[in-house]
Amino acid sequence: MMKKAGLLAALALAGASLANVAVAADDPLRIGVIATFSGPYADYGRQFDAGIQLYLKEHDGKIAGKKVEVVKKDTAGPGPDAAKRFAQELIVRDKVNFITGLDFSPNAYAIAPIVTQAKIPTVVMNASSSAITTSSPYIARVSFTVQQDSAPMAQWMLKNGIKETYVVVADYASGTDAHNAFEKAFAAGGGKVVGSVRTPMNNPDFSAYVQRIKDEKPQSVFFFFPSGVMPPAFLKAWKERGLDEAGIKLFATGEATDDSYLQATGDVALGLITSHHYSYAHPSELNKKFVKNFYAAFGKEMRPSYFAVSAYDGMAAIAGALEKTKGDVSGDKVMEALKGLKLESPRGPIEIDAATRDIVQTVYIRKVEKVDGELVNVEFDKFERVKDPAKEAQ
Amino acid sequence: MLAILLTVLFDGLAYGMLLFLISIGLSVTMGMMGFVNLAHGAFAMFGGYVATTLMQRAGVPFLVTLPVAFALVALASIVVERLLYQRLYRRGPLDQVLFTVGLTFMSVAGITWFYGPSQQPVVLPAFLQGQVSLFGLEVGIFRLFLVAVGLLVAAAVVLGVERTRFGAKIRAAVDNPVMATGLGINVGGVFALTFAIGSGLAGLGGALGIQILGLTPAFPLKYLVLFLIVVSVGGLGSVGGALLAACVVGVIDMMTKYFLPEIGSFIIYAVMVALLMWRPHGLLGKKS
Repeated sequence: MMKKAGLLAALALAGASLANVAVAADDPLRIGVIATFSGPYADYGRQFDAGIQLYLKEHDGKIAGKKVEVVKKDTAGPGPDAAKRFAQELIVRDKVNFITGLDFSPNAYAIAPIVTQAKIPTVVMNASSSAITTSSPYIARVSFTVQQDSAPMAQWMLKNGIKETYVVVADYASGTDAHNAFEKAFAAGGGKVVGSVRTPMNNPDFSAYVQRIKDEKPQSVFFFFPSGVMPPAFLKAWKERGLDEAGIKLFATGEATDDSYLQATGDVALGLITSHHYSYAHPSELNKKFVKNFYAAFGKEMRPSYFAVSAYDGMAAIAGALEKTKGDVSGDKVMEALKGLKLESPRGPIEIDAATRDIVQTVYIRKVEKVDGELVNVEFDKFERVKDPAKEAQ
Repeated sequence: MLAILLTVLFDGLAYGMLLFLISIGLSVTMGMMGFVNLAHGAFAMFGGYVATTLMQRAGVPFLVTLPVAFALVALASIVVERLLYQRLYRRGPLDQVLFTVGLTFMSVAGITWFYGPSQQPVVLPAFLQGQVSLFGLEVGIFRLFLVAVGLLVAAAVVLGVERTRFGAKIRAAVDNPVMATGLGINVGGVFALTFAIGSGLAGLGGALGIQILGLTPAFPLKYLVLFLIVVSVGGLGSVGGALLAACVVGVIDMMTKYFLPEIGSFIIYAVMVALLMWRPHGLLGKKS
């Protein structure tokens, strides 16, 4: 009996492998997504997923004529070890052709050696630490770098007569990056940073920091916090202490007015000027269509944020590269094709720098306004073709 | 300089009052009932979500949501206490810790399921916003409100435990449950009610705290350390101790963030270590 069962199993296996050979000609394109789908940052994964699904929906689920299979892996937040393990699983077991997603920078750094060894082209959809693209020749980025969004704010402030500022950043790697990039650009244009503070990540109440700023009376303040809970807390303290009335001007990067959280942040954000690469209110035809399709597919509960647009562009970049390679998915050819790739994104024109594999894009200066009863970032000035300043300096 | 000092002092006191409101229930359950309830923050979070849900979905005014948050959380905690907690009263602290930590994770996941992971918005009524001049000092109206509520609750709890019949029953039940039962006190009922009041106060603190602490599903884990610091520095089961410790923690936190922002976030822990080395049973704790 046992023998018979074993024989049957063997036959079934043989049959299965024959079937595999038969469909090999139109193998699907497998894309692994490493991101956060649960826990406090689950919104990142939801936005990624929405952007990816929207792109596929608009293209009949196909890229380069192949059916796309998306394999999702949940790191539940910053987790380099988990990310590394998932990258191995995706490559060895799921046999993916691409790896993408990557919301947190430590996760992107952790998988760099693995994708290098396996020669798997990797498209970063968010992680914004500058050196990620230098950590592996198989990594390209379609999102942004912290420096890329921070430096233009300094230039714009100088252009508009602000010569003195106080810098507030969250005390973690990206906060330090933003601080340095901003201060460098500000000093280069003749501005002066009169004071600065790095606040702990787990800081609920900003009133002491804000009171300190009020008493020091700088001409302006620039701040950088990650999207989510910190910007509203800071803005609340700012309004409560009456710093606007004290005549201190406030500037930030777009994380402070992230479209995902802007409604919940509320009126304390009104009038805030920020620099960023995407606002869901970007007035191009392409973006209007993107937002309309996004709402049609997922409902109005969730606004498309810069995560969704990067995910959408990530898929477009993969499609663009495969168009150039005529469907060849080998790592080296795809990476060659990604270099210098130009795309028209909902956020405006973007390009993958041929030298650095990092993104080149327009950075907009926006102001929070109420449009049709909704808080949105209205773009009113821009810097075109901004490259990552950290790499330009080298 | 004096004005700055007083402003920071006041902000610290207001922050301390908030910590006191949330932590007092933990001090009561841990100190009086001897139960290690690490899920205490979950009750505070529940109060916060009751308040935002009522405000957003039903348009209930902020001040009305506060007693509702207290009552609903207290009621819910009675159910949880009778169903689950009471089975663990006689077990060791490790079992209690494991159980309540598990309960915390379940509450985090449950809230994420219903409300999503993002921050809940809260808009205070206009009369609680902005600043007011008090003896020439600019103070936040909401913070003033926090201090007032904190002092009221502290007074009510102290009087309740020291001066009422119910307070006497609690003390009796804690000191010697067997004797108390012999005297006809329903020890189980007294514990359930005590637990409910403690949890209700956490719910009230959670609702009051949204403005300052924010409200996400991560709340019970994020602030657990602060609550434990207040309880341990204050001394288990001591209302006055918890109040004093909360104010010390709040004021030192604000002071260091203002005057030494580079190291401000770290000093609070150093102070805790120093205080506990000086008085291992807490500022006003009794040696057991």
